[in-house]
Amino acid sequence: MMRRETILNLLVFLALPAVALAALALDEPFTITLATRAAILALAAVGLNLALGLGGLVSLGHAVFFGLGGYAMGILASHAQSYAPLDLGLFVIDGTKSMPVIWLVAISVSALAALLIGLLALRTTGVYFIMITLAFGQMFYYFTISWPAYGGEDGLSIYVRNSFPGLNTLDPVQFFGLVFALLALVLWIMGRIERSAFGLALGTARQNATRVETVGLSPFKLRLVAFVISGAVTGLAGALFADLNRFVSPTMFSWQMSGEFIVFIVLGGIGRLFGPVVGACLFVLLEHLLSGVSEFWLIYLGAILLFVVLFARGGVIGALVGQGGRHE
Amino acid sequence: MSDALLDLQGLSKSFGALRVTDTVSLTLRSGEIHALIGPNGAGKSTLIQQVAGALAPDAGRILFEGRDVTGLGTAQRAQAGLGRTFQISALAMENSVLQNVMLGAVGASRSVWRFVRPVMRDAGLRVEAEAALHRVGLGDVAAMRVAELSHGQRRLLEVAVALTLKPKAFLMDEPMAGLGSEGSARMTAFLDGLRAEAPILLVEHDMDAVFALADRISVLVSGRVIATGTPAQIRRNAEVQTAYLGEEVAP
Repeated sequence: MMRRETILNLLVFLALPAVALAALALDEPFTITLATRAAILALAAVGLNLALGLGGLVSLGHAVFFGLGGYAMGILASHAQSYAPLDLGLFVIDGTKSMPVIWLVAISVSALAALLIGLLALRTTGVYFIMITLAFGQMFYYFTISWPAYGGEDGLSIYVRNSFPGLNTLDPVQFFGLVFALLALVLWIMGRIERSAFGLALGTARQNATRVETVGLSPFKLRLVAFVISGAVTGLAGALFADLNRFVSPTMFSWQMSGEFIVFIVLGGIGRLFGPVVGACLFVLLEHLLSGVSEFWLIYLGAILLFVVLFARGGVIGALVGQGGRHE
Repeated sequence: MSDALLDLQGLSKSFGALRVTDTVSLTLRSGEIHALIGPNGAGKSTLIQQVAGALAPDAGRILFEGRDVTGLGTAQRAQAGLGRTFQISALAMENSVLQNVMLGAVGASRSVWRFVRPVMRDAGLRVEAEAALHRVGLGDVAAMRVAELSHGQRRLLEVAVALTLKPKAFLMDEPMAGLGSEGSARMTAFLDGLRAEAPILLVEHDMDAVFALADRISVLVSGRVIATGTPAQIRRNAEVQTAYLGEEVAP
């Protein structure tokens, strides 16, 4: 017999393609775009969830990786559309419109950034860790604003969505399918990591770092590896987000973005594999519904979040399936 | 001394003007239980922390199997074969009992950098973990969460995790604390058999247990070792009597 949480996870997960296919049947491409947006934001938060949910690392700087992924796409694609090669100092490369290449670059760049930021930030804990990650986010944010080469504050437009072999990515439902497949793959990987030896050690380091040291393991190394994987996934989401909008701007680096990822996780249920998916879907849905009602829709969202934090500590999943999550 | 597995040489540590460890030298030999006793505030916990690598001494050296480990951290000393249990349980409270011992098995087998295989289905590690649980008598509660265990069961779980590491020496900080007389007796019997596997440096307040178990006892007062000897020698030592034991151990 399946656990209630597993059933709920499946339902939520299948709701995304169901909505996209229904929208296709009803010929409402905007709804497909909304579902795609939810899936991409979910992917970004699934990345953060490894560090935050399992590792207990409250990073208020994950927008750095989201933004780096976005700019990796923007820079590569802009050089491809202008046919101007990209001069990296040591060597010169051509731009590209190929999604797999862009994804690889986005993942590598954000993993490297996570490694460097993690090496510094993970020497601190608690509120200092939050502040350092926030500070890195702001550094990138202001750097992109003041860097004129790629649009500065105005951002950078890419006229045609990048390509994926065998697909017409300009077709909303095909692009959705691609994003959804990536989300499914990453969720599967994260599920495996959570139950692996590494996942056990990382989860223990969150609860009691001394315990981990006493069995001869370094909490710092565990957290650093988690932070790098986490950043890489959020970076991939950033590249997809830029492709969805065909636009990159410094707001992808903003601390509000980092905050939204945390909100998705808290809303869905901290430390639950599908928590960020539920949270992101709910957020996009509320954003869509409430912003039609009032331009001050964030007030209502705030009230909902307050309710979840005060009365449903396990998030929406916790409220629906009751006890039995990994940590309530 | 050639048979000293663990050799503390002139350890000193001060917090400000307070000298909490004052040129402490002692050894732990193969096959023995060496008890460290002393009144509250004598500096026992500070000393244990220095041996475990959680605190760096201001002066002195710590040799383990003849190797200088003074500069190593907690994790490296655990890898070198120092198994520690804590006065206040350091366990993953949200995890199951079995998961806690599995972590020990993961640490001991250096298999933490595995990201795909479900660790709880690793038959080799599981055999190790379950064997350690059965040895301390926690086989029946393997699936329970640590938060649901009694205080005494948590003490036993601490020991079980240390067992999975197959350490060359144990460092135990008050394993009897809060156990009650029956629990204490069980733990005493268990530690009695354990010394053949690896010697134990034991910090303990329970004098019955200490005098029943220890091959040697060191008495720590105000950061200094004022006496080291067999239980019989310590009982007779006049300085120890006045400084610490008083009437308590003159049966």
